[in-house]
Amino acid sequence: MKYMNKSLSELHKMLKNGEVTSEELIKESLELSHEVQDKYNAFVTILDDAKGTKITDNVLSGIPCGIKDNYSTRGVLSTGSSNTLKDYVPFFDATAYAKLKEAGAVMVNKTVMDEFGMGGTGTTGHTGVVLNPWDPSRMCAGSSAGSACAVAAGVYPYATGSDTGDSIRKPAAYCGIVGYKPTYGMISRYGLFPFASSLDHLGVLTRNVKDAAIVVDNMKGIDKYDMTSWDSSKIHLANSLTGNVKGKKLCYIKEICDIAEYDNPSDELKEHMDNFFKAIDKCKELGMEVEEVSVDRTLLNALASVYVVISCAEATSNMSNLTGIIFGPRGEGKTWDEQTKDYRTKGFSSLIKRRFVIGSYVLQAKNQERYFRNAQRVRRLLVDAWKDLFKKYDAVILPVSSGPAKKLDGDKDILSKETVTLEEHLQVGNFGGFPSITIPDGFINNLPVALNITGNCYDDENVLNIAYALENAMDYKDQLAKEVK
Amino acid sequence: MGYIAMIGLEMHCEASETNTKVFSSARNAYSVTPNENIRPYDMGFPGVLPVVNKKAVEYAIKTSMVLNCKQPEYMYFERKNYYYPDMPKNYQITQETKPIPVGIYGYVDYECEGEEKRVRVNNIHLEEDAASSDHLYDTTVIDYNRAANPLLELVTEPDFRTGEEAMAFLEHMRTVYQYLGVSECDTKKGHIRCDVNVSIMDESLDPEDPSNWGTKVEMKNVNSFGGVRDCIKYEIKRQTKAKEDGTYDTEVIQETRRWDEETQSTIAMRSKVDAVDYKYFVEPNIPKYKLTKEWLDEIRASIPELAYDRKKRYMNDYGLSEYDSNILVKEKKISDFFEDTVKLGTDPKEACNWVNGMILSYLNYHMITIDDIYMTPDMLRDQLIDDKTISSKQAKDVFNKVLEEKKEPMQVVKDEGMMQITDEGSIEGIVDEVLAENPQAIETYDPENPKALDYFIGQVMKKTRGKANPSIAYKMMKEKLDNLKK
Repeated sequence: MKYMNKSLSELHKMLKNGEVTSEELIKESLELSHEVQDKYNAFVTILDDAKGTKITDNVLSGIPCGIKDNYSTRGVLSTGSSNTLKDYVPFFDATAYAKLKEAGAVMVNKTVMDEFGMGGTGTTGHTGVVLNPWDPSRMCAGSSAGSACAVAAGVYPYATGSDTGDSIRKPAAYCGIVGYKPTYGMISRYGLFPFASSLDHLGVLTRNVKDAAIVVDNMKGIDKYDMTSWDSSKIHLANSLTGNVKGKKLCYIKEICDIAEYDNPSDELKEHMDNFFKAIDKCKELGMEVEEVSVDRTLLNALASVYVVISCAEATSNMSNLTGIIFGPRGEGKTWDEQTKDYRTKGFSSLIKRRFVIGSYVLQAKNQERYFRNAQRVRRLLVDAWKDLFKKYDAVILPVSSGPAKKLDGDKDILSKETVTLEEHLQVGNFGGFPSITIPDGFINNLPVALNITGNCYDDENVLNIAYALENAMDYKDQLAKEVK
Repeated sequence: MGYIAMIGLEMHCEASETNTKVFSSARNAYSVTPNENIRPYDMGFPGVLPVVNKKAVEYAIKTSMVLNCKQPEYMYFERKNYYYPDMPKNYQITQETKPIPVGIYGYVDYECEGEEKRVRVNNIHLEEDAASSDHLYDTTVIDYNRAANPLLELVTEPDFRTGEEAMAFLEHMRTVYQYLGVSECDTKKGHIRCDVNVSIMDESLDPEDPSNWGTKVEMKNVNSFGGVRDCIKYEIKRQTKAKEDGTYDTEVIQETRRWDEETQSTIAMRSKVDAVDYKYFVEPNIPKYKLTKEWLDEIRASIPELAYDRKKRYMNDYGLSEYDSNILVKEKKISDFFEDTVKLGTDPKEACNWVNGMILSYLNYHMITIDDIYMTPDMLRDQLIDDKTISSKQAKDVFNKVLEEKKEPMQVVKDEGMMQITDEGSIEGIVDEVLAENPQAIETYDPENPKALDYFIGQVMKKTRGKANPSIAYKMMKEKLDNLKK
């Protein structure tokens, strides 16, 4: 590997100076793609015919990248990692991808995900399980599993992701890289296969905060095809990274971070929290104030259920367009409903079907008040609780997950009661549409672990700058996966 | 024992006059070529998102105001989830009655057989239309031209008592939509579709008390006004007969039926027990937004004079009869044509006679609209009404030739040599000629007999091939003959 381990700014400089060409970068990235595909199964499609682009003043020009397979890419297979769309080639681009293309970015592959983004393991895609490049017996988490795997393995400096619960920020943690989703609506959702529209965000996985800022600067913008997008032309993420965070105020939540809150904490969990508090010390050294705050435990306990109810409800409706009639492989049967039923029965994995059943159940007239509407109310309470914190603090800083990447042969998507809030709190970022970034904060048994910084809506510059400063104060920037023996 | 019927309507009107569809940028236009006006949204491709058409919202609010409804403070949409082959997303973006759609709790005054009536409006809401299916012999094809077109659904309270009232209301609403410029309301293009619900109850009971109401039967997708009237009549008869036969409880059940034009009867489709749970929830892709007072005021100010007011004005200011006024205002385009002709200085009564007479019968005979004929208010004024150079009989010929040959009226008159001879000197010459050639007829001429002149006038007309102005020729001939006989 000569180039693909480098940051965007470094590569841009080399391209500008003529030290390397776009073609050479793409060639190396494609070779690495095949290697990584063989080892970790991260891609649905590798674009061997990808061409170099003209080098402009845009930092992204001529540099290869990966695109998650739920982004519509014109003329290129886009499956959402689902059998229901295994041959689907869109005839229009997702706005975010179109913008990257315009910037001169070169897509070299489409990355594997959990089917339609539903799942947090990277194991439910129709092309099989994505393995963690730090330890192939472990998962990458999901749903942006292939993107996280490829960036950590050094296939390219960045890959796009989408995040409905934590689908960018958790795989980033498990793969030792940076995962950032900006404020809801900063990047247009047009052309992204929807999972749960009110929670869906686009974002990026990179190996450092500055690269994340550069990429999102190029993806964002108001879009006439997405009414929830907004004008962010006054926000310049990359330019706002000064590293000066003196006087900034952070808080962490006692109920999540205090090891005394757990009955029988594992050694792993203890180490994870130690890492976290070491990072907190770094924050203080940087001149930030960090305080412990308390959030009602009843409210925190409801978090995961709220997510399940709302995301499943929206998903079951959003994915009703998948019938195999207009696109997708036509099912067998004499009538349209028989064909639709056959297509959906065969096409979807059991996990998705389970979620559709939950979604339908909570939306039924007789259940809607008890489940769906209550979930919406609790969502509001949780968002208000976080907004209250943002009145006093610039951001909430919390550890991600209960430790490093989980074993693939363990219980995959089943949550232990003890650590459920620790595992799922990133979802509040989706409930509120908050800007949220995960950065690595250490190792446990040579496997990376991470922390997350989440701020108030539209305060992306501030959130990224805090992450940038903290990243520079720690030793985990630009790290590539090193397989544990 | 007598019964009264409780009839309610759900009137779906396609807002055909927006440029683009309600949630997509495809053209909103009727087309006979299938799948001509489509964008990815209309076919529900993965990743498409709705974008609300402001004009469609404006039209919906305008209608809501005319229906005396309450308008919402915030605009929002809901998803109605159900699987149907002509609805590619398998959910429809619409509005629910709670908390409030684009309009709620209003009323409309309309006329039925000369009597003023009022119907209460439960609500009016804006939604997207489905695609249309064509059922062929052994297959069904779908045309997405109509998919995501703006649709206004108006729901009335069960205030109608007869089919005639329901039909009069529909006709009234058609003029409202046309006058507002919201819809062409062309039933041939499927712009208007109705669901009709009918129940009957003992006439001695209080209709204000819902517990007295009978079993409600719904007829879906009745596509013509006459069909609405006829299916109501049929249902009232069917339900009344069931009451009289003592079979009401078994035969009249809460169900959905359809109106069969061919057999002129309603046929059971499905019972309400199988009703679909639509799993409504707020559409997450359309943020709810505030309707500003300024915008609402602007919309209110833009509401034009409606048919009812126009009619009153024609009667009061132009002295037209109620009968004529009603005909003129029924279609806005006809009424506009009439107004333009009058504005050009034509006598209103004469303009009315032409529009209601020749023009309407021509349109009806050819089954076309006023847009389709080669005749403008200018032409009507210039050549047919005010110009005294041709006779009224000739004017009708000119009218037909203008339309058939698509020529300017003046050109027709010229080409056909229809110009009248009005010059007294020329006529006098011909009159003298006729008198000189007919000494015998002068002999027998009796000034007391009114018919005695006809022969001489006939000769004048023969010589001028009918172009001599008859009244001048008549006056002159009579004078000369009477002088000769003195």
